[in-house]
Amino acid sequence: MKYLCLVYGDETLMHSLPESPVDDECHAYGNSVADSGRLVAAEALESVATALTVRVRQGSHTVTEGPFAETHEQLLGFYLVEARDLNEAVTIASGIPAARVGSVEVRPVRELQLSESPESADAVTANS
Amino acid sequence: MPQQLSIDMEVLYRQHSRRVLASLVRRLRDFDLAEEAMHEAFAIALVKWPQQGLPDHPTAWLVTTGYRRAIDRLRRQARFDHSPDPLEDGLEAELVDADRAIEDDELRLIFTCCHPELAFASRLALTLREVCSLTTEEIARAFLLKPTAVAQRIVRAKARLRDRQVAFEAPEASELAERLEAVLHVIYLMFTEGYSATSGETATRAELSSEAIRLGRRVCELIADAECLGLLALMLLQESRRGARTAGDGQLVLLVDQDRQQWDLPLIREGQRCLSRALEMGEVGAFTLQAAIASEHARAVSAEQTRWDRIASLYDVLVDVSPTPVVKLNRAVAISMHQGAEAGMMLIDELLESGSLDNYHRLHVARAEMHHRLGQRQLAADAWHRALALASQPRERELLQRRIDEISQG
Repeated sequence: MKYLCLVYGDETLMHSLPESPVDDECHAYGNSVADSGRLVAAEALESVATALTVRVRQGSHTVTEGPFAETHEQLLGFYLVEARDLNEAVTIASGIPAARVGSVEVRPVRELQLSESPESADAVTANS
Repeated sequence: MPQQLSIDMEVLYRQHSRRVLASLVRRLRDFDLAEEAMHEAFAIALVKWPQQGLPDHPTAWLVTTGYRRAIDRLRRQARFDHSPDPLEDGLEAELVDADRAIEDDELRLIFTCCHPELAFASRLALTLREVCSLTTEEIARAFLLKPTAVAQRIVRAKARLRDRQVAFEAPEASELAERLEAVLHVIYLMFTEGYSATSGETATRAELSSEAIRLGRRVCELIADAECLGLLALMLLQESRRGARTAGDGQLVLLVDQDRQQWDLPLIREGQRCLSRALEMGEVGAFTLQAAIASEHARAVSAEQTRWDRIASLYDVLVDVSPTPVVKLNRAVAISMHQGAEAGMMLIDELLESGSLDNYHRLHVARAEMHHRLGQRQLAADAWHRALALASQPRERELLQRRIDEISQG
């Protein structure tokens, strides 16, 4: 099973608290999850000030500056992991150094329910 | 291309993970750290074993490797958060000496998971995950709970054991008795999960049952207790029917239809010896009574020659000792075999009126069989369909579907 661990926190405080992790520690933890063979991907994100939000409505798209919603805590990074079960994902999440100052949301990845006819799969590819 | 051994890591994981985890939990005194260490050990094995071949003692190899990785991890952590060096903290590396010591670690882990500090539901969830290696999601399905609720229960149980600094050791003789009941319960749960899995493609997970029997034997060596012997007898007698219980194509075969030649005689004999020893000790508990019932089945040369009168009176005693709805249901079936379907049906109706087991598919299977014997075809068909709607295990569903097909044709 794949689980996405979403790391949230107040980005203005994230790096200045006494418990704040340094980048070396984050990197070392990412490596240790990778060494155990369970890391699909993990990245830290630039500040929400750098975000653009894209929407497509009735065929026309708009791009606005900033995150999709202003929140007290922001998405700071993520780990996509392959774990045996929910508790294993929780254990991996609780080792993420940023969990000491922020929050980590653990979400099971949903398998997409694909239609079985091969034609429709081709149609999607052709349109993309 | 270099010569590579083809090693099925999934099979090795199934064979070794439970013992490796149990051993690491005792050595590291922390479930999460132990789980992480085990993963690293398997990840290393995945690379090394295909090149270097299987080590002589794979379990010991995995434990030692995992243990070293955990120490490395603790040291890395200490560098960042300035906690004391784990080795100076008294967590000294020890080499794994014997496989026997590792086997006992599993027993210690069960006793730890059954710690009186934990609520009963937490003991079960923790044991099923840590000892039987079911996933959080499988446990949630088995108990009809949300996975998030089970995950929290497990996290809290582990935290509680850690906070109370529970020793991951087998308890002292004086503490054994208070935990024994829960331990026996959990061993039986492990056995039944292996005997009739609540989910998954195959109806049985044989390795869980044989682990449960091995643990049952160990507990009997440690403690002179009638119920413990009774439990071992029960497991052995049920296990003796494993081969006859599924047909070549994996389909389930009911007790009455089983080929009794396929029953495992040495297991039956050992089970009956354990049962006699349990009965000699005087006090007769629920496991011993269930073993006595299983022994009656084992003794019958054919389904027709089953002594239903004896089985029914054993159920009369069992229902006094353990008046659970499932025991009452089984008693109803035994009485229907001894006194006739009408007598059984009255008891089933009582159960249904009390509201318990209305959603238990086996109750509707029993009803269907009794209606069938009474010639009430439509009522029987309705009950079969109700049972099918409630059953979740794929092999059981196949069996029910076959019965429905047979009846609609005949």
